[in-house]
Amino acid sequence: MWKWLHPYANPEVSYHFTNKLLPWLSALTAIFLSIGLVWALLFAPADYQQGHSFRIFYIHVPAASLSMGIYVAMAIAAFISLVWQLKLADASAAAMAPVGAAFTAIALITGAAWGKPMWGTWWIWDARLTSELILLFLYLGVIALHNAFEDKNLAGKAAGILTLVGVVNIPIIKYSVEWWNTLHQGSTVSKLGKPSMSLDMLWPFIFCFIGFALLVAVIICLRFRNEILARNSIRPWVRELIQKNTVNNT
Amino acid sequence: MTLKAQSTQETENLTATIDNSMIGDTAQSSQQLSYRHAFMLVLKRDLTIAMRHKDDIINPLLFFVIVVTLFPLGIGPEAQTLSRIAPGIIWVAALLATLLSLDRLFKSDHLDGSLEQMLLSPHPIFILVLAKIFAHWLITGLPLILIAPLLAVLLHLNEQSYTALLLTLLLGTPVLSLLGAVGVALTVGIKKGGVLLSLLVLPLYIPVLIFATSAIDTAALGLPYSGQLAIIAALFFGSLTLAPFAVGAALKVSTN
Amino acid sequence: MQFNNFSDFINMGGYGFYVWLSFGAAALILTLLLISSKAGHQQVITKIAKRKKREDKLRQAKDLRKQQNEQNKTALNEVIE
Repeated sequence: MWKWLHPYANPEVSYHFTNKLLPWLSALTAIFLSIGLVWALLFAPADYQQGHSFRIFYIHVPAASLSMGIYVAMAIAAFISLVWQLKLADASAAAMAPVGAAFTAIALITGAAWGKPMWGTWWIWDARLTSELILLFLYLGVIALHNAFEDKNLAGKAAGILTLVGVVNIPIIKYSVEWWNTLHQGSTVSKLGKPSMSLDMLWPFIFCFIGFALLVAVIICLRFRNEILARNSIRPWVRELIQKNTVNNT
Repeated sequence: MTLKAQSTQETENLTATIDNSMIGDTAQSSQQLSYRHAFMLVLKRDLTIAMRHKDDIINPLLFFVIVVTLFPLGIGPEAQTLSRIAPGIIWVAALLATLLSLDRLFKSDHLDGSLEQMLLSPHPIFILVLAKIFAHWLITGLPLILIAPLLAVLLHLNEQSYTALLLTLLLGTPVLSLLGAVGVALTVGIKKGGVLLSLLVLPLYIPVLIFATSAIDTAALGLPYSGQLAIIAALFFGSLTLAPFAVGAALKVSTN
Repeated sequence: MQFNNFSDFINMGGYGFYVWLSFGAAALILTLLLISSKAGHQQVITKIAKRKKREDKLRQAKDLRKQQNEQNKTALNEVIE
């Protein structure tokens, strides 16, 4: 397996591989996301308690779980880049941070928009919402650290350390927020009714989830490509590529 | 200027003594001794520098006092409201005061080059970093703990919670110094690291804040708060073992 | 199909504002991110191209100066001879 993986550690190979992968990924994303969203908005039944506001669920839940998943992926990439000094892992971690922050923001906004009709307020210091907000702060810290360094490689290493410190802290933060919440609020917020979802709700959800996950992959690929170019700007293959590109343009 | 010379000279002393100990007769016993020796040397050096810069100790403390006095002015003088929010105010002010003083932990050493010398010394960075963090806590954490009861009086803190306040501060402020050191180590090479530092470090402080204030609140009700204290102690030992490694790695990144 | 007509669909059983707010916010954020990521590629390329141009110019100037120096030297040598 290592022999098979080895060529992809080369920036040039993985740049071209990403380029080849992108159209396929984009097409799949378009298919899944359009099917999922149309199904979720038009055909999925309304919830018997929450009515049509339940349709927010089809964005909120994928965004929330992807926002955490991306952080874990970023931490794994940071770990790989710190331990094995793999430059590409560094580039992919840098590519993931803004995507994760965007999905965390979406999860927060949709959560607020769902909370207003359901709980009567835009914001509630609910454990899950609060830890999502803190996750957003962690993402913004990583992005800010990335931007603070001139040298991209140094920035990647520093942000990697911060990501790892954050990933150790996330369970602690989540647990402490949950504990704080139950202590201060009692159980005013009943868990949103999740009695084993019916199939005609589950299918559009699966489509939406896969669609959003693919969209994450597409955006990360786009950013990963840029990061590779920016980090390898003095390599001959990049110079050649740019020569070709500028000739084509003029 | 003389101070700078002094600090670099002491660092040289440190490296010199470390070199001596390496040459010393039996390797194992002198190695054992020199760990403690190095720790004490760094600690003494940092404390001496702090003693010459007394405003570095006093300013965060003054900030702490002023922030706490601002709250009654903003909220109103009712004793009941104040005693309800006193733990939160004291702890948030302590977080901010620690944050304000963190910059000093590595910045001046980085500027005069003694930090690089330290990293180049044959000793594990773990020990040196730990000594620096301990010195920072002695300079900023300890005065905070000493002055906190006074501010608690101003905020009408419930009489039953004074011990809890002191115990949580005693266990919690080292965590603040340890976690903060990671943030400082990451931003020490950046010119405008101050605001960035708060963005990096404050989210990591949330668990300490939650458990400390909840311990004080529980104490006010006359209930046992040993559970919260145990969790803060766990946070303390966890960060004591893990943070110096992160600080060492971060310092290597930012000084290169 | 859960809705009888278009205005029903927009109304979402009274929850229209919230539903369309969340879908709209998500769409806005994601398109902005997608566009900026896509535009980043061209930005990086033009940045590197610019740097390359500057480096080429510097190199050319250096070569030119070297040539002139050499010419001057040969001219001087001829004069001396």
